[in-house]
Amino acid sequence: MARAVTTQRKIITTAAAWTIGLLIFFPIYWTILTSFKTEAQAINDPPLFFAFDWTLENYAVVQERSDYMKFLWNSVIIAGGSTILGILVAIPAAWSMAFVPSKRTKDILLWMLSTKMLPAVGVLYPISLIFVEFNLLDTRGGLMVVLMLINLPIIVWMLYTYFKEIPGEILEAARMDGATLKEELLYVLTPMAIPGIASTVLLNFILAWNEAFWTLNLTAANAAPLTAFIASYSSPEGLFFAKLSAASTMAIAPILILGWFSQKQLVRGLTFGAVK
Amino acid sequence: MSFKSTFCAATALSLVTASGAFADAHSATITIATVNNGDMIRMQGYTDNFTAETGIAVEWVTLEENVLRQRVTTDITTKGGAFDIMTIGMYETPIWGANGWLVPLDDLSAEYDVDDILPAMAGGLSHEGTLYAAPFYGESSMIMYRTDLMEAAGLEMPDAPTWEFVAEAAAAMTDRDNDINGICLRGKAGWGEGGAFITAMSNSFGARWFDMDWNAQFDTEQWANTLNFYKGMMDASGPSGYATNGFNENLSLFNQGKCGMWIDATVAASFVTGDDSTVADSVGFALAPDTGLGKRSNWLWAWALAIPAGTQQQAEAKQFIEWATSTDYIELVAANEGWANVPPGARTSLYENPNYIDVPFAQMTLDSILSADPNDSTVDPSPYVGIQFAAIPEFAGIATEVSQEFSAAYAGQQSIEEALEKAQAITNEAMEAAGYR
Repeated sequence: MARAVTTQRKIITTAAAWTIGLLIFFPIYWTILTSFKTEAQAINDPPLFFAFDWTLENYAVVQERSDYMKFLWNSVIIAGGSTILGILVAIPAAWSMAFVPSKRTKDILLWMLSTKMLPAVGVLYPISLIFVEFNLLDTRGGLMVVLMLINLPIIVWMLYTYFKEIPGEILEAARMDGATLKEELLYVLTPMAIPGIASTVLLNFILAWNEAFWTLNLTAANAAPLTAFIASYSSPEGLFFAKLSAASTMAIAPILILGWFSQKQLVRGLTFGAVK
Repeated sequence: MSFKSTFCAATALSLVTASGAFADAHSATITIATVNNGDMIRMQGYTDNFTAETGIAVEWVTLEENVLRQRVTTDITTKGGAFDIMTIGMYETPIWGANGWLVPLDDLSAEYDVDDILPAMAGGLSHEGTLYAAPFYGESSMIMYRTDLMEAAGLEMPDAPTWEFVAEAAAAMTDRDNDINGICLRGKAGWGEGGAFITAMSNSFGARWFDMDWNAQFDTEQWANTLNFYKGMMDASGPSGYATNGFNENLSLFNQGKCGMWIDATVAASFVTGDDSTVADSVGFALAPDTGLGKRSNWLWAWALAIPAGTQQQAEAKQFIEWATSTDYIELVAANEGWANVPPGARTSLYENPNYIDVPFAQMTLDSILSADPNDSTVDPSPYVGIQFAAIPEFAGIATEVSQEFSAAYAGQQSIEEALEKAQAITNEAMEAAGYR
């Protein structure tokens, strides 16, 4: 029997949701707002919320100083490429763990996750030396591989969780109908797990887009993505907050728009299997 | 589109992007890693002039100072070869030069006039007499103060004040009701932030980081005096939360008219007298204070251009360095943007130029730079080179930890005595592990 939801409870829940939502969104809102101020207005005390002369000057300066499209394209290629590579590796891996588990499957899953517990800087030198040895420094391909490997544990875990929700009998039925392993993966499993795969792809794309350790340390002039674009406007000796905010807004805009349009899919995927 | 087609398309796209991506090739252009500050950004704007003169194209990689340090250090130690020129400071240059990681700049052309580089700068960017980086701009630290508030307090700032006078003036200028703090100083943790300031200040109180046997000296009276004086003055006349204030926070406070005095980098003089400052018309300058022991509390720093030993384009890189740090470049900037905007503190001839000496802060900047000697920075003898740092590889790590303890003491989370005890232990332990003791 469904529990009755009182009006008071609805109001409290809605207010709490809005408050948390606004708190989370506030830094983004403030960044966007600051990007339309002058440098002097950006540091004004008390802070200026709306009553200031809005200017597009910071965007003009950023456009003039940096090749935004080059950084954007690198971000798209690196985030997109690493996501596709990750999915190609993760789907078979998650399938085998979900439907053909061995007695070591749980250990492997935990071990994979444990690699996320190592601070990135701990492997900076080994990875850098590998990149130098294989001439991968400042290449988009090298970064795609590194970001794919970094995010792989999360992708495998997410897909494993989604696949576990799919009844094994359906796959068995497909096998009895004569489906090969490839056909089982492509025509039976994957279409049923599309919401989960979609949300995994989106989440991985966002993680790769925002990654700011390897993308700064393994690039120079050629493969630098939008994280490097933002970093070029940060300065401990000089007040360039308005320009930094303009650069940040330009960097987050594409991913924000993508997230906005795909939020339904994202939420559906993330809550997939949450309620049985 | 069927799922199979989508899957195949995704795979193909992945392979295409990957294969294209791996094919990124370094062109014949030179790549320069640099920091984001006004002078460096200005230089990027004039790169086309260099390319037009020489035919050499330039790619810039601009990063935040700490990120840049990590990036170029990794690149040079792994022989990555991502950069043909690196922007480094006085801390890294002698260490990297000694390790053979930098190309010696001992064959610069006669027209470049290497002897024109200010001796203090050339000294700090050399190892055993060989120059390893050419200064693009140099800085010391000095007092920037509000002439109107000083006058209202009935005081007159001497050209070379003592700490005692500064504390007295700070108390007199403080007006909490109107949100005016007598003095703003760095307190933020970090060897290049609050760590740099307190180390330079400690020199004037007769303190030093190490004795001649590399033993830490935080258990001395001089260090206790330094920290007690700093905290006492800042608690009485500094802004709230000063323990987390760095250069930018203090610049913001000063430009909004909320600081009577600010002791910081000479390069800030152009900011506090610039368009973004609300107090630009009432700013005076004085040497950083002392206590009469013979050392002032000003530091010395330069952002300089150096060539990593692994570069394949050494000749082109040297050509760029000669162009960017030449007197011709200074004149190019002056002609287009005025003398107040030229990179300061690198060349003697700039301070002999009558056009430049009219700039309000020029003379005080020069006097501050000339009064700083990285080879003789402490009252008692010390084994290290450097004023606000000791030019040894271990210093950055140790000083960051020590400054965290100091910041915690400023914030009242522990006593000065506790902070100094911890600093002593941290430093001695690290020096022992590194084999100095």
